[in-house]
Amino acid sequence: MTSVTANATGQPGLPLWLLFELTYRCPLQCVFCYNPIDFARHSRELETAEWLRVLREARALGSVQLGLSGGEPLLREDLEAVVAEAHRLGFYTNLITSGVGLNEARLAALKAAGLDHIQLSFQDSTRELNDFLSHTRTFELKRRVAGWIKQLGYPMVLNCVIHRLNIDHIDRIIELAVDIGAEYLELANAQYYSWAHLNRDQLLPSRAQLLAAEQATQRWRARLGHRMRILFVVPDYYEDRPKRCMNGWGSTFMTVTPDGTALPCHTARMLPGLVFPNVRDTPLREIWFASEGFNRFRGLGWMKEPCASCPERTLDLGGCRCQAYLLAHDAAAADPVCAKSPHHGVVVAAVARAQRANASERPLVFRRREESLARSPGDE
Amino acid sequence: MTVPALDASARPAIARGFRLQWEVAQGAFVLLYPEGMVKLNGSAGEILQRCDGNRTLSWIVADLERVFARRDLAADVVAFLELAADKGWVEWRPSAERPGAQS
Repeated sequence: MTSVTANATGQPGLPLWLLFELTYRCPLQCVFCYNPIDFARHSRELETAEWLRVLREARALGSVQLGLSGGEPLLREDLEAVVAEAHRLGFYTNLITSGVGLNEARLAALKAAGLDHIQLSFQDSTRELNDFLSHTRTFELKRRVAGWIKQLGYPMVLNCVIHRLNIDHIDRIIELAVDIGAEYLELANAQYYSWAHLNRDQLLPSRAQLLAAEQATQRWRARLGHRMRILFVVPDYYEDRPKRCMNGWGSTFMTVTPDGTALPCHTARMLPGLVFPNVRDTPLREIWFASEGFNRFRGLGWMKEPCASCPERTLDLGGCRCQAYLLAHDAAAADPVCAKSPHHGVVVAAVARAQRANASERPLVFRRREESLARSPGDE
Repeated sequence: MTVPALDASARPAIARGFRLQWEVAQGAFVLLYPEGMVKLNGSAGEILQRCDGNRTLSWIVADLERVFARRDLAADVVAFLELAADKGWVEWRPSAERPGAQS
Protein backbone atom coordinates (compact mmCIF):
# COMPACT_ATOMS: atom_id res chain seq x y z
CA MET A 1 0.00 0.00 0.00
CA THR A 2 1.36 3.43 -0.89
CA SER A 3 0.96 6.22 1.59
CA VAL A 4 -1.76 8.79 1.04
CA THR A 5 -0.30 12.05 -0.12
CA ALA A 6 -1.77 14.67 2.12
CA ASN A 7 -3.64 17.61 0.67
CA ALA A 8 -4.15 20.84 2.56
CA THR A 9 -6.30 19.13 5.18
CA GLY A 10 -4.05 16.09 5.42
CA GLN A 11 -6.82 13.81 4.13
CA PRO A 12 -7.99 12.96 0.65
CA GLY A 13 -11.32 14.54 -0.23
CA LEU A 14 -14.57 12.59 -0.27
CA PRO A 15 -15.87 10.70 -3.32
CA LEU A 16 -18.66 13.25 -3.78
CA TRP A 17 -19.22 12.18 -7.37
CA LEU A 18 -20.05 8.55 -8.06
CA LEU A 19 -20.47 7.25 -11.59
CA PHE A 20 -22.07 3.87 -12.16
CA GLU A 21 -21.34 2.46 -15.58
CA LEU A 22 -24.14 -0.05 -15.27
CA THR A 23 -23.34 -1.94 -18.45
CA TYR A 24 -20.98 -1.83 -21.41
CA ARG A 25 -23.84 -3.09 -23.61
CA CYS A 26 -25.03 -0.43 -26.00
CA PRO A 27 -27.22 -0.30 -29.09
CA LEU A 28 -24.82 2.29 -30.56
CA GLN A 29 -21.32 1.96 -31.96
CA CYS A 30 -19.94 5.46 -31.50
CA VAL A 31 -16.48 6.04 -32.89
CA PHE A 32 -15.63 8.39 -29.99
CA CYS A 33 -16.79 6.11 -27.15
CA TYR A 34 -14.65 6.32 -24.00
CA ASN A 35 -15.47 2.79 -22.85
CA PRO A 36 -12.32 0.67 -22.83
CA ILE A 37 -11.20 -0.95 -26.08
CA ASP A 38 -11.45 -4.34 -24.37
CA PHE A 39 -15.00 -3.75 -23.06
CA ALA A 40 -16.18 -7.04 -24.56
CA ARG A 41 -13.77 -8.89 -22.21
CA HIS A 42 -15.58 -7.51 -19.15
CA SER A 43 -19.05 -8.91 -19.57
CA ARG A 44 -19.87 -10.13 -16.05
CA GLU A 45 -22.04 -7.30 -14.76
CA LEU A 46 -22.77 -6.68 -11.09
CA GLU A 47 -26.09 -8.00 -9.78
CA THR A 48 -28.79 -5.60 -8.63
CA ALA A 49 -28.10 -6.32 -4.96
CA GLU A 50 -24.41 -5.51 -5.48
CA TRP A 51 -25.16 -2.13 -7.06
CA LEU A 52 -27.51 -1.32 -4.16
CA ARG A 53 -24.90 -2.31 -1.59
CA VAL A 54 -22.31 -0.08 -3.28
CA LEU A 55 -24.81 2.80 -3.19
CA ARG A 56 -25.18 2.41 0.57
CA GLU A 57 -21.42 2.18 1.13
CA ALA A 58 -20.80 5.24 -1.05
CA ARG A 59 -23.48 7.31 0.66
CA ALA A 60 -21.94 6.47 4.04
CA LEU A 61 -18.63 7.81 2.66
CA GLY A 62 -20.26 11.09 1.60
CA SER A 63 -21.05 10.48 -2.08
CA VAL A 64 -23.96 12.66 -3.12
CA GLN A 65 -24.01 13.01 -6.91
CA LEU A 66 -24.77 9.81 -8.79
CA GLY A 67 -24.31 9.46 -12.55
CA LEU A 68 -25.95 6.49 -14.23
CA SER A 69 -24.24 5.74 -17.49
CA GLY A 70 -22.83 2.91 -19.55
CA GLY A 71 -22.96 1.71 -22.35
CA GLU A 72 -26.63 2.46 -22.42
CA PRO A 73 -27.97 2.32 -18.85
CA LEU A 74 -31.54 1.75 -20.06
CA LEU A 75 -30.48 -1.77 -21.03
CA ARG A 76 -30.36 -2.65 -17.32
CA GLU A 77 -33.85 -3.69 -16.31
CA ASP A 78 -33.04 -2.81 -12.70
CA LEU A 79 -32.32 0.85 -13.52
CA GLU A 80 -35.51 1.91 -11.69
CA ALA A 81 -34.48 -0.12 -8.62
CA VAL A 82 -31.06 1.54 -8.56
CA VAL A 83 -32.63 5.00 -8.92
CA ALA A 84 -35.16 4.28 -6.17
CA GLU A 85 -32.52 3.17 -3.67
CA ALA A 86 -30.24 6.07 -4.60
CA HIS A 87 -33.09 8.52 -4.10
CA ARG A 88 -34.01 6.96 -0.75
CA LEU A 89 -30.40 7.38 0.37
CA GLY A 90 -30.29 11.07 -0.61
CA PHE A 91 -28.32 10.95 -3.85
CA TYR A 92 -28.99 13.45 -6.60
CA THR A 93 -29.50 11.10 -9.53
CA ASN A 94 -28.43 11.90 -13.10
CA LEU A 95 -29.28 9.62 -16.01
CA ILE A 96 -26.94 9.90 -18.99
CA THR A 97 -28.65 8.28 -21.95
CA SER A 98 -28.98 8.26 -25.72
CA GLY A 99 -32.73 7.82 -25.26
CA VAL A 100 -32.64 4.75 -27.48
CA GLY A 101 -35.01 2.24 -25.91
CA LEU A 102 -36.77 4.80 -23.77
CA ASN A 103 -40.56 4.88 -23.73
CA GLU A 104 -43.09 6.97 -21.91
CA ALA A 105 -43.95 4.32 -19.31
CA ARG A 106 -40.31 3.69 -18.45
CA LEU A 107 -39.61 7.36 -18.07
CA ALA A 108 -42.64 7.77 -15.80
CA ALA A 109 -41.38 4.86 -13.69
CA LEU A 110 -37.95 6.47 -13.40
CA LYS A 111 -39.55 9.74 -12.38
CA ALA A 112 -41.63 7.93 -9.76
CA ALA A 113 -38.47 6.25 -8.49
CA GLY A 114 -37.03 9.72 -7.84
CA LEU A 115 -34.81 10.39 -10.83
CA ASP A 116 -33.61 14.01 -10.58
CA HIS A 117 -32.11 14.72 -13.97
CA ILE A 118 -31.74 13.43 -17.52
CA GLN A 119 -28.98 14.28 -19.96
CA LEU A 120 -29.99 13.23 -23.42
CA SER A 121 -27.15 12.71 -25.85
CA PHE A 122 -27.04 12.86 -29.58
CA GLN A 123 -25.06 9.77 -30.36
CA ASP A 124 -24.29 10.93 -33.87
CA SER A 125 -21.86 8.13 -34.54
CA THR A 126 -21.16 9.18 -38.16
CA ARG A 127 -22.88 6.05 -39.42
CA GLU A 128 -25.98 7.95 -38.42
CA LEU A 129 -24.60 11.29 -39.43
CA ASN A 130 -26.72 11.68 -42.51
CA ASP A 131 -29.81 10.61 -40.70
CA PHE A 132 -28.97 12.99 -37.89
CA LEU A 133 -28.24 15.92 -40.11
CA SER A 134 -31.25 15.33 -42.28
CA HIS A 135 -33.57 15.55 -39.25
CA THR A 136 -35.14 12.20 -39.98
CA ARG A 137 -35.21 9.24 -37.62
CA THR A 138 -32.85 10.61 -35.00
CA PHE A 139 -34.77 13.83 -34.94
CA GLU A 140 -38.06 12.00 -34.46
CA LEU A 141 -36.60 9.92 -31.63
CA LYS A 142 -35.09 12.93 -29.86
CA ARG A 143 -38.21 15.00 -30.28
CA ARG A 144 -40.40 12.25 -28.88
CA VAL A 145 -38.10 11.63 -25.91
CA ALA A 146 -37.64 15.37 -25.33
CA GLY A 147 -41.43 15.76 -25.26
CA TRP A 148 -41.77 13.14 -22.50
CA ILE A 149 -38.87 14.63 -20.55
CA LYS A 150 -40.48 18.07 -20.60
CA GLN A 151 -43.90 16.68 -19.78
CA LEU A 152 -42.47 15.24 -16.57
CA GLY A 153 -41.06 18.64 -15.61
CA TYR A 154 -37.39 17.94 -16.17
CA PRO A 155 -35.13 20.56 -17.70
CA MET A 156 -34.16 19.56 -21.23
CA VAL A 157 -30.40 19.06 -21.29
CA LEU A 158 -28.79 17.92 -24.50
CA ASN A 159 -25.26 16.78 -25.14
CA CYS A 160 -23.68 16.36 -28.54
CA VAL A 161 -20.13 15.14 -29.02
CA ILE A 162 -18.44 17.30 -31.62
CA HIS A 163 -15.71 16.19 -34.00
CA ARG A 164 -14.21 16.77 -37.40
CA LEU A 165 -17.07 15.02 -39.19
CA ASN A 166 -19.96 16.97 -37.67
CA ILE A 167 -18.43 20.26 -36.55
CA ASP A 168 -19.20 21.99 -39.86
CA HIS A 169 -22.89 21.38 -39.18
CA ILE A 170 -22.89 23.15 -35.84
CA ASP A 171 -25.65 25.54 -36.98
CA ARG A 172 -27.99 22.67 -37.76
CA ILE A 173 -27.12 20.90 -34.53
CA ILE A 174 -27.97 24.02 -32.51
CA GLU A 175 -31.09 24.60 -34.59
CA LEU A 176 -32.20 21.06 -33.85
CA ALA A 177 -31.64 21.64 -30.13
CA VAL A 178 -33.77 24.80 -30.35
CA ASP A 179 -36.48 22.90 -32.25
CA ILE A 180 -36.82 20.27 -29.55
CA GLY A 181 -36.86 22.91 -26.81
CA ALA A 182 -33.51 22.30 -25.11
CA GLU A 183 -32.71 24.63 -22.23
CA TYR A 184 -29.06 23.64 -22.11
CA LEU A 185 -26.86 22.33 -24.89
CA GLU A 186 -23.40 20.93 -24.36
CA LEU A 187 -21.25 20.86 -27.49
CA ALA A 188 -18.22 18.99 -26.25
CA ASN A 189 -15.44 18.06 -28.57
CA ALA A 190 -14.49 14.42 -28.32
CA GLN A 191 -11.74 13.65 -25.85
CA TYR A 192 -9.16 11.36 -27.36
CA TYR A 193 -9.21 8.25 -25.20
CA SER A 194 -10.14 4.68 -26.01
CA TRP A 195 -12.16 4.52 -29.24
CA ALA A 196 -11.79 8.24 -29.87
CA HIS A 197 -8.01 7.80 -29.56
CA LEU A 198 -8.09 5.00 -32.15
CA ASN A 199 -9.98 7.36 -34.45
CA ARG A 200 -8.25 10.55 -33.41
CA ASP A 201 -6.88 11.63 -36.77
CA GLN A 202 -10.34 11.27 -38.30
CA LEU A 203 -12.01 13.13 -35.42
CA LEU A 204 -9.71 16.02 -34.52
CA PRO A 205 -11.06 19.16 -36.22
CA SER A 206 -8.89 21.73 -37.93
CA ARG A 207 -8.26 25.14 -36.38
CA ALA A 208 -10.42 26.77 -39.05
CA GLN A 209 -13.29 24.38 -38.27
CA LEU A 210 -13.03 25.13 -34.56
CA LEU A 211 -12.98 28.86 -35.11
CA ALA A 212 -16.01 28.75 -37.39
CA ALA A 213 -17.90 26.58 -34.90
CA GLU A 214 -17.11 28.90 -32.02
CA GLN A 215 -18.25 31.90 -34.03
CA ALA A 216 -21.47 30.15 -34.98
CA THR A 217 -22.03 29.28 -31.32
CA GLN A 218 -21.51 32.93 -30.36
CA ARG A 219 -24.09 34.06 -32.93
CA TRP A 220 -26.65 31.62 -31.51
CA ARG A 221 -25.87 32.68 -27.94
CA ALA A 222 -26.50 36.30 -28.86
CA ARG A 223 -29.76 35.37 -30.57
CA LEU A 224 -31.07 32.99 -27.89
CA GLY A 225 -30.02 34.78 -24.70
CA HIS A 226 -31.27 32.94 -21.64
CA ARG A 227 -33.64 30.77 -23.65
CA MET A 228 -30.96 28.14 -24.23
CA ARG A 229 -27.50 28.11 -22.73
CA ILE A 230 -24.73 26.61 -24.88
CA LEU A 231 -21.46 25.22 -23.59
CA PHE A 232 -18.73 24.73 -26.18
CA VAL A 233 -15.72 22.63 -25.21
CA VAL A 234 -12.56 22.88 -27.35
CA PRO A 235 -10.34 19.78 -27.69
CA ASP A 236 -7.46 20.12 -25.25
CA TYR A 237 -5.02 19.39 -28.09
CA TYR A 238 -5.54 23.05 -29.02
CA GLU A 239 -4.57 24.27 -25.53
CA ASP A 240 -1.05 24.70 -24.22
CA ARG A 241 -1.84 23.80 -20.64
CA PRO A 242 -3.53 20.55 -19.60
CA LYS A 243 -6.90 20.21 -17.95
CA ARG A 244 -7.14 19.57 -14.23
CA CYS A 245 -8.39 16.08 -14.82
CA MET A 246 -11.22 14.79 -12.59
CA ASN A 247 -10.46 17.67 -10.22
CA GLY A 248 -7.45 15.61 -9.17
CA TRP A 249 -6.90 11.86 -9.02
CA GLY A 250 -8.83 10.29 -6.17
CA SER A 251 -10.00 13.67 -4.91
CA THR A 252 -13.71 13.83 -5.78
CA PHE A 253 -14.67 11.18 -8.26
CA MET A 254 -15.16 7.43 -8.37
CA THR A 255 -16.35 5.28 -11.26
CA VAL A 256 -17.67 1.76 -10.80
CA THR A 257 -17.48 -0.23 -14.02
CA PRO A 258 -20.07 -2.86 -15.05
CA ASP A 259 -17.97 -5.66 -13.54
CA GLY A 260 -17.42 -3.81 -10.26
CA THR A 261 -13.93 -2.40 -10.79
CA ALA A 262 -13.54 0.92 -8.95
CA LEU A 263 -11.62 3.61 -10.82
CA PRO A 264 -10.52 7.20 -10.06
CA CYS A 265 -11.68 8.15 -13.57
CA HIS A 266 -13.64 6.35 -16.24
CA THR A 267 -10.65 5.65 -18.46
CA ALA A 268 -8.02 4.80 -15.82
CA ARG A 269 -8.47 1.11 -16.48
CA MET A 270 -6.10 1.43 -19.46
CA LEU A 271 -3.11 2.31 -17.27
CA PRO A 272 -0.65 -0.59 -17.08
CA GLY A 273 0.89 -1.79 -13.84
CA LEU A 274 -1.93 -0.44 -11.71
CA VAL A 275 -4.34 -2.78 -9.98
CA PHE A 276 -7.76 -1.36 -9.29
CA PRO A 277 -9.89 -2.94 -6.60
CA ASN A 278 -13.31 -4.51 -7.15
CA VAL A 279 -16.39 -3.65 -5.13
CA ARG A 280 -17.34 -7.35 -5.06
CA ASP A 281 -14.58 -8.13 -2.56
CA THR A 282 -13.35 -4.81 -1.16
CA PRO A 283 -15.32 -2.33 0.97
CA LEU A 284 -15.65 1.06 -0.67
CA ARG A 285 -14.02 2.88 2.26
CA GLU A 286 -10.91 0.73 1.87
CA ILE A 287 -10.94 1.26 -1.91
CA TRP A 288 -11.11 5.04 -1.54
CA PHE A 289 -8.62 5.56 1.28
CA ALA A 290 -6.25 2.62 1.17
CA SER A 291 -6.01 1.09 -2.30
CA GLU A 292 -2.86 1.38 -4.38
CA GLY A 293 -4.90 2.36 -7.43
CA PHE A 294 -6.56 5.36 -5.77
CA ASN A 295 -3.40 6.52 -3.98
CA ARG A 296 -0.99 6.24 -6.90
CA PHE A 297 -1.48 9.75 -8.33
CA ARG A 298 -3.01 11.58 -5.37
CA GLY A 299 -1.52 14.91 -4.47
CA LEU A 300 1.80 16.05 -5.98
CA GLY A 301 4.33 13.56 -4.63
CA TRP A 302 4.29 11.29 -7.71
CA MET A 303 5.32 14.04 -10.12
CA LYS A 304 8.43 14.06 -12.28
CA GLU A 305 9.98 17.04 -14.02
CA PRO A 306 8.86 19.33 -15.54
CA CYS A 307 5.81 19.05 -13.22
CA ALA A 308 7.63 18.55 -9.93
CA SER A 309 9.09 22.07 -9.85
CA CYS A 310 6.45 23.78 -11.99
CA PRO A 311 4.78 26.82 -10.40
CA GLU A 312 1.50 25.76 -12.06
CA ARG A 313 1.48 22.21 -10.68
CA THR A 314 -1.20 22.94 -8.08
CA LEU A 315 -3.49 24.40 -10.76
CA ASP A 316 -3.59 21.55 -13.27
CA LEU A 317 -2.04 18.78 -11.15
CA GLY A 318 0.03 17.68 -14.14
CA GLY A 319 -3.05 17.10 -16.30
CA CYS A 320 -4.47 13.75 -17.29
CA ARG A 321 -2.70 10.50 -16.40
CA CYS A 322 -4.38 8.56 -19.19
CA GLN A 323 -3.33 11.14 -21.78
CA ALA A 324 0.23 11.00 -20.43
CA TYR A 325 0.20 7.24 -20.85
CA LEU A 326 -1.39 7.33 -24.32
CA LEU A 327 0.91 10.02 -25.73
CA ALA A 328 4.13 9.77 -23.67
CA HIS A 329 3.84 6.08 -22.73
CA ASP A 330 4.36 6.98 -19.10
CA ALA A 331 1.40 7.58 -16.79
CA ALA A 332 3.59 9.65 -14.43
CA ALA A 333 4.79 12.02 -17.14
CA ALA A 334 3.45 15.53 -17.68
CA ASP A 335 0.31 15.55 -19.83
CA PRO A 336 1.79 16.16 -23.32
CA VAL A 337 -0.89 18.79 -23.97
CA CYS A 338 1.33 21.01 -21.81
CA ALA A 339 3.79 23.08 -23.85
CA LYS A 340 6.39 22.38 -21.13
CA SER A 341 6.18 18.62 -21.68
CA PRO A 342 9.12 17.06 -23.54
CA HIS A 343 6.48 15.06 -25.44
CA HIS A 344 4.42 18.07 -26.51
CA GLY A 345 5.63 17.46 -30.07
CA VAL A 346 3.22 14.51 -30.33
CA VAL A 347 0.30 16.88 -29.79
CA VAL A 348 1.75 19.49 -32.13
CA ALA A 349 2.14 16.84 -34.85
CA ALA A 350 -1.46 15.62 -34.43
CA VAL A 351 -2.72 19.20 -34.62
CA ALA A 352 -0.58 19.82 -37.73
CA ARG A 353 -2.07 16.74 -39.42
CA ALA A 354 -5.55 18.01 -38.56
CA GLN A 355 -4.94 21.12 -40.70
CA ARG A 356 -4.63 19.00 -43.85
CA ALA A 357 -7.66 18.35 -46.01
CA ASN A 358 -7.23 14.59 -45.72
CA ALA A 359 -6.03 14.16 -42.17
CA SER A 360 -6.34 10.39 -42.32
CA GLU A 361 -6.95 7.77 -44.97
CA ARG A 362 -7.74 5.03 -42.48
CA PRO A 363 -11.32 3.91 -42.08
CA LEU A 364 -13.13 4.72 -38.83
CA VAL A 365 -13.18 1.99 -36.21
CA PHE A 366 -16.65 1.54 -34.76
CA ARG A 367 -17.13 0.55 -31.13
CA ARG A 368 -18.32 -2.97 -31.84
CA ARG A 369 -17.98 -6.16 -29.87
CA GLU A 370 -16.02 -7.87 -32.66
CA GLU A 371 -13.60 -4.94 -32.87
CA SER A 372 -13.18 -5.02 -29.11
CA LEU A 373 -12.35 -8.73 -29.08
CA ALA A 374 -10.02 -8.42 -32.05
CA ARG A 375 -8.10 -5.55 -30.43
CA SER A 376 -7.67 -6.93 -26.91
CA PRO A 377 -5.83 -10.03 -25.76
CA GLY A 378 -8.17 -12.59 -24.23
CA ASP A 379 -8.01 -15.77 -22.19
CA GLU A 380 -9.74 -17.89 -24.82
CA MET B 1 -35.18 39.68 -10.38
CA THR B 2 -34.52 42.85 -8.38
CA VAL B 3 -38.11 43.99 -8.14
CA PRO B 4 -39.68 40.86 -6.64
CA ALA B 5 -36.75 40.56 -4.22
CA LEU B 6 -37.77 43.91 -2.76
CA ASP B 7 -41.36 42.78 -2.40
CA ALA B 8 -41.58 41.63 1.21
CA SER B 9 -44.60 39.45 0.47
CA ALA B 10 -42.91 37.48 -2.34
CA ARG B 11 -42.10 33.89 -1.53
CA PRO B 12 -38.70 32.52 -2.52
CA ALA B 13 -38.41 28.83 -3.39
CA ILE B 14 -35.56 26.51 -4.29
CA ALA B 15 -35.59 26.44 -8.10
CA ARG B 16 -36.77 23.48 -10.11
CA GLY B 17 -34.00 20.94 -10.59
CA PHE B 18 -32.21 22.06 -7.44
CA ARG B 19 -32.31 20.35 -4.08
CA LEU B 20 -31.14 21.62 -0.72
CA GLN B 21 -30.00 19.07 1.81
CA TRP B 22 -27.87 18.68 4.89
CA GLU B 23 -24.78 16.56 4.30
CA VAL B 24 -23.45 14.89 7.42
CA ALA B 25 -20.13 14.01 5.74
CA GLN B 26 -19.50 17.66 4.86
CA GLY B 27 -21.07 19.20 7.95
CA ALA B 28 -22.90 21.64 5.71
CA PHE B 29 -25.99 22.35 3.70
CA VAL B 30 -25.39 21.71 0.02
CA LEU B 31 -27.37 22.71 -3.02
CA LEU B 32 -27.54 19.90 -5.54
CA TYR B 33 -28.32 20.41 -9.21
CA PRO B 34 -27.75 18.52 -12.45
CA GLU B 35 -24.23 17.12 -12.28
CA GLY B 36 -23.13 19.68 -9.71
CA MET B 37 -23.11 20.79 -6.10
CA VAL B 38 -22.57 23.98 -4.12
CA LYS B 39 -21.43 23.68 -0.52
CA LEU B 40 -23.10 26.48 1.41
CA ASN B 41 -21.72 28.47 4.29
CA GLY B 42 -23.73 28.70 7.48
CA SER B 43 -25.78 31.81 6.75
CA ALA B 44 -26.56 30.77 3.15
CA GLY B 45 -27.80 27.43 4.47
CA GLU B 46 -29.96 29.12 7.10
CA ILE B 47 -31.59 31.38 4.52
CA LEU B 48 -32.16 28.76 1.82
CA GLN B 49 -33.52 26.29 4.35
CA ARG B 50 -36.42 28.70 4.83
CA CYS B 51 -37.11 29.21 1.12
CA ASP B 52 -39.94 26.72 0.73
CA GLY B 53 -42.16 28.73 -1.58
CA ASN B 54 -44.72 29.29 1.19
CA ARG B 55 -42.97 31.66 3.54
CA THR B 56 -42.66 35.30 2.53
CA LEU B 57 -39.46 37.28 2.45
CA SER B 58 -40.57 39.31 5.46
CA TRP B 59 -41.36 36.15 7.43
CA ILE B 60 -37.90 34.72 6.60
CA VAL B 61 -36.11 37.89 7.70
CA ALA B 62 -38.13 38.06 10.93
CA ASP B 63 -37.49 34.40 11.70
CA LEU B 64 -33.73 34.72 11.15
CA GLU B 65 -33.60 37.86 13.31
CA ARG B 66 -35.46 36.02 16.06
CA VAL B 67 -33.32 32.86 15.91
CA PHE B 68 -30.02 34.72 15.76
CA ALA B 69 -31.08 37.57 18.05
CA ARG B 70 -30.29 40.21 15.43
CA ARG B 71 -32.33 43.17 14.22
CA ASP B 72 -30.69 44.21 11.00
CA LEU B 73 -30.66 41.22 8.65
CA ALA B 74 -33.06 42.37 5.92
CA ALA B 75 -30.41 43.91 3.66
CA ASP B 76 -28.10 40.87 3.92
CA VAL B 77 -30.93 38.43 3.26
CA VAL B 78 -32.19 40.38 0.26
CA ALA B 79 -28.65 40.72 -1.14
CA PHE B 80 -28.07 36.99 -0.80
CA LEU B 81 -31.41 36.07 -2.33
CA GLU B 82 -30.80 38.37 -5.28
CA LEU B 83 -27.48 36.65 -5.84
CA ALA B 84 -29.11 33.23 -5.44
CA ALA B 85 -31.86 34.15 -7.92
CA ASP B 86 -29.23 35.42 -10.34
CA LYS B 87 -27.42 32.10 -10.12
CA GLY B 88 -30.71 30.30 -10.71
CA TRP B 89 -30.79 28.63 -7.28
CA VAL B 90 -33.94 30.42 -6.16
CA GLU B 91 -37.11 31.41 -7.95
CA TRP B 92 -39.79 33.76 -6.75
CA ARG B 93 -43.36 32.69 -6.29
CA PRO B 94 -45.83 35.53 -6.58
CA SER B 95 -47.08 37.06 -3.37
CA ALA B 96 -50.34 35.65 -2.02
CA GLU B 97 -53.39 36.65 -4.03
CA ARG B 98 -55.04 39.81 -2.94
CA PRO B 99 -58.78 40.28 -3.22
CA GLY B 100 -59.62 41.30 -6.75
CA ALA B 101 -56.22 40.24 -8.09
CA GLN B 102 -56.24 38.12 -11.20
CA SER B 103 -54.97 34.61 -10.74
